[in-house]
Amino acid sequence: MKAKRLPDYSYTLILLGVLILVAGVLAAASPFFLTWKNLRNILNQSAIYLVISVGMTLVISAGQIDLSVGAVIGFAGMIMGMMLQSGMPAGAAVVTGLLISLVIGMINGMIIAYGRVNSFIVTLSTMTVMRGIILILTNSSSIFGFGKVFAFIGSGKVGAVNIPIIISLVIAALGAILLHKTRFGNYCLFIGSNEIALNRCGVDVKKYKVMIFSLCGLCAGIAGMIVTARLNSAEPLAGQGYEMDAIAAVILGGTSMQGGKGSMAGTVIACFILNILKNGLTLLSISSHYQGILTGMILLVSVLISESRQRKKSEV
Amino acid sequence: MDSREKPFLETKDIYKSFDHVEALRGVSMNAYRGEVLAIVGDNGAGKSTLIKILSGALQPDSGVIRIDNKEYHGLTSKKAIEEGISTVYQDLALGNTMDVTSNLFLGRELTKYGFLKKKRMNEEARRLLDDLDIQIPDVTALAGDLSGGQRQGTAVARLVHNGGRLLIFDEPTAAMGLNESNAVLKLIKKLGGEGLTVIIISHDLPQVFHISDRICVMRQGKVIRELRTEDTMMDEVVSMITGVVTRD
Repeated sequence: MKAKRLPDYSYTLILLGVLILVAGVLAAASPFFLTWKNLRNILNQSAIYLVISVGMTLVISAGQIDLSVGAVIGFAGMIMGMMLQSGMPAGAAVVTGLLISLVIGMINGMIIAYGRVNSFIVTLSTMTVMRGIILILTNSSSIFGFGKVFAFIGSGKVGAVNIPIIISLVIAALGAILLHKTRFGNYCLFIGSNEIALNRCGVDVKKYKVMIFSLCGLCAGIAGMIVTARLNSAEPLAGQGYEMDAIAAVILGGTSMQGGKGSMAGTVIACFILNILKNGLTLLSISSHYQGILTGMILLVSVLISESRQRKKSEV
Repeated sequence: MDSREKPFLETKDIYKSFDHVEALRGVSMNAYRGEVLAIVGDNGAGKSTLIKILSGALQPDSGVIRIDNKEYHGLTSKKAIEEGISTVYQDLALGNTMDVTSNLFLGRELTKYGFLKKKRMNEEARRLLDDLDIQIPDVTALAGDLSGGQRQGTAVARLVHNGGRLLIFDEPTAAMGLNESNAVLKLIKKLGGEGLTVIIISHDLPQVFHISDRICVMRQGKVIRELRTEDTMMDEVVSMITGVVTRD
């Protein structure tokens, strides 16, 4: 008789408990923590990470990795910045920037799928290439001054809620539906689970890989748009290192590094945990230098937990 | 298997060599609808090569394959699948982290505008498994949590659902316990009973005699005899396999 399998959501519930626990500890430590202003601030800060983590969840569910999302944030921001500076309307700049992000993801996916190359190496390379292009085209300096329409995306509000919060929550909801309710999501997971079996059943695995990376690129482009609009400036180094935060959120959220198992709700909760911790460090006046250490440690611990869950499974 | 009936699958003079080794030296055999045909033979007799050619994984050097009266000089795997010929792989076919239903419907999901109709798929999976008498209590269980027999059952159910007409089993009960193996054998018999053509490769002669309708004996790259199981004794088959008797 096999051990009874815990339902899929049990890990997500534990995660939710951790989120509440962390929030409770911070609320006790700082009187500012539970103010609406601070909570809104956390949601607003989380927005960028949340958007790239949604794309990253699809990629990691399929057993792949995308290290280029941080660079795409910078690249999309630069494209939008340059177009806005040359006097083009905000709509055109946004659409072009997002399309280019999608195409970068598509190129990643095509090299990985049709060139049969490991996604780690491919996206590491495209990341470096894009960072180089950004520095050349911007001459290593910021582009700024974009006008009100574009800035509204980053700092505007609908009622009491910031636009980036709305964008990120909508994308997270769409991502959850896509991963858990559609054939596309099912194939994402199946690519991570058993690519060969999927292929044998007549599914064009390569096409789906290209689509997965394209969506991840698009998400990074949207994050780039938010970053650029919020700062009202396109920074050449924008988004640097953000891939780490996204990967940490996805793995902590319960998506398996090997693929085949993914949870969008887990990603969202984990993303909030990471950002609440960062916010807590700030409130408690701990240097931001510790944030990187924290993210790194959390990623490490999450991978250890994820691996041990995987092992337990295979020992049953 | 009326001998006047046209075979579903017919091979004529299949030759296949790998470098200097002649794996198949003119294989001619037939498989009929609704029968379980066992292919037996010693290691190196050419069973696996023949199976790979039938499922399109290998191309023969010469010879003809006829499926349902259509003639092929070499079959691609795509064509074989289209014709409903599939080899049942126990371990390569399933996604372990996915549930039984997802595995069953893989590539043929029921959707509306790209959205999965999970409830209907679960219901249909349940019905399909019940029809085939495959014992899996929960269709939302992960394939990785299933036993060997249940895994094979899931793989078979998918092929049947996909319109499989000829299923090939290569050592279907290898590394299985007694109960498991009995369940798989029962399933194989049932498939034959429902009009599918089943080819099974096995070393286990008692098992072969238990489930097959006919036995095809291969030796040194040739089919030396096709026998009706009920007219045959096990000793006779053993002698043919080992080459003590090769009467025509």
